[in-house]
Amino acid sequence: MSDTVPGADRRAERGPVLRKGVGIPASGWFDPRGRALGGFAFSANRVTGLGLVFYLYLHLGVLSLLLRGERSWDDFIRLATSWAFLSLDVVLILGILYHGLNGIRVALVGSGLVADRQRALWWSLGVFGTIALVAAALHIYGSR
Amino acid sequence: MTAVGGATGMRTFRVYRYKRGEPGWRFDLFDVPVTSRTTLLEALRWIQLHLDRTLAIRHSCLHASCGTCGVQVNGREALACVTGVDDLGGTITVEPLANIPVLTDLVVDMREFVERFPEEIPSIRAVASSPETDTPDGIDGYERFEDCIECGLCLSACPVSATSDGYVGPAALAAAQRLLEEPRGTDPDRILDWADDPLGAWRCHAAFECTAACPSNVAPAERIMALRGALAGRRGGA
Repeated sequence: MSDTVPGADRRAERGPVLRKGVGIPASGWFDPRGRALGGFAFSANRVTGLGLVFYLYLHLGVLSLLLRGERSWDDFIRLATSWAFLSLDVVLILGILYHGLNGIRVALVGSGLVADRQRALWWSLGVFGTIALVAAALHIYGSR
Repeated sequence: MTAVGGATGMRTFRVYRYKRGEPGWRFDLFDVPVTSRTTLLEALRWIQLHLDRTLAIRHSCLHASCGTCGVQVNGREALACVTGVDDLGGTITVEPLANIPVLTDLVVDMREFVERFPEEIPSIRAVASSPETDTPDGIDGYERFEDCIECGLCLSACPVSATSDGYVGPAALAAAQRLLEEPRGTDPDRILDWADDPLGAWRCHAAFECTAACPSNVAPAERIMALRGALAGRRGGA
């Protein structure tokens, strides 16, 4: 008679761990199923963060045009004052405002100062951010 | 069972299946007759009784008290016993909780969940107060963190736990904060030492999905934020 319980080996196996999202675990950060406000804010913070890092390198690349002389810079300025390019500036301002204001919200909530007011903070900073975005967009398009 | 008697419609259940020793996992489809009051647990039991006796599910109290029947339904954490299926769509996807190893089918291994709790927290905790309890001057009322039923829904919903297995997670941190509020002989400094870790209170990214998923109104995220406040206060005062 065996001294082990039948099937004991199989029961000792560690089963799979389900993750949200598809593929790499971090994709679960962007799984929208059933998300609440805080979850969307968390995902949007990452999206805007990645976007700002991308913009930083893009910005450095654009500045490097100065090394190619006056003409290449003038060509770029002509492109940069087009409606399409200015619209990208508005998107950039949106990303900066969202990431910055949400950072303030997370800092205030995360430090325990207003631990149970994350929703109210999100909405009030959202109103402030929307007003600031509209003002910035008017200024950007008005400067053309 | 309710799922059969007076059925008013059919739902297709897409159920996660996994058996240890068998290769991989899969989804099985089951058509189940339901009424407007059928719960997910009743539907799963109907599948078990009428279509597939090998379907493994775990449940006990049937009234959201024991916390054993937690699953993901259409990607959202829920207690199967109190989740109606009527408004979940024609095809309902049922999966085990995320971020916790699967034992079999819809049953997860809660050992890895319970082991995250600090040693100072006993596995059984008495409720210390009732709504009728008089409170001292200056205190509006007691907050009962014992409401946690240790169902694991918060850990499954937490986006940080999805990418960081070492993170102790919302339930354990909320329990630690409860101990700070009401030490009952526990040394608060030991609790703070335990929580003051990169994989402790500081690993939370304030997504508040744990609070949204919690079926017992524990509000784990708010408790973690309060715990951080205590940690910051201790560091500031050091």
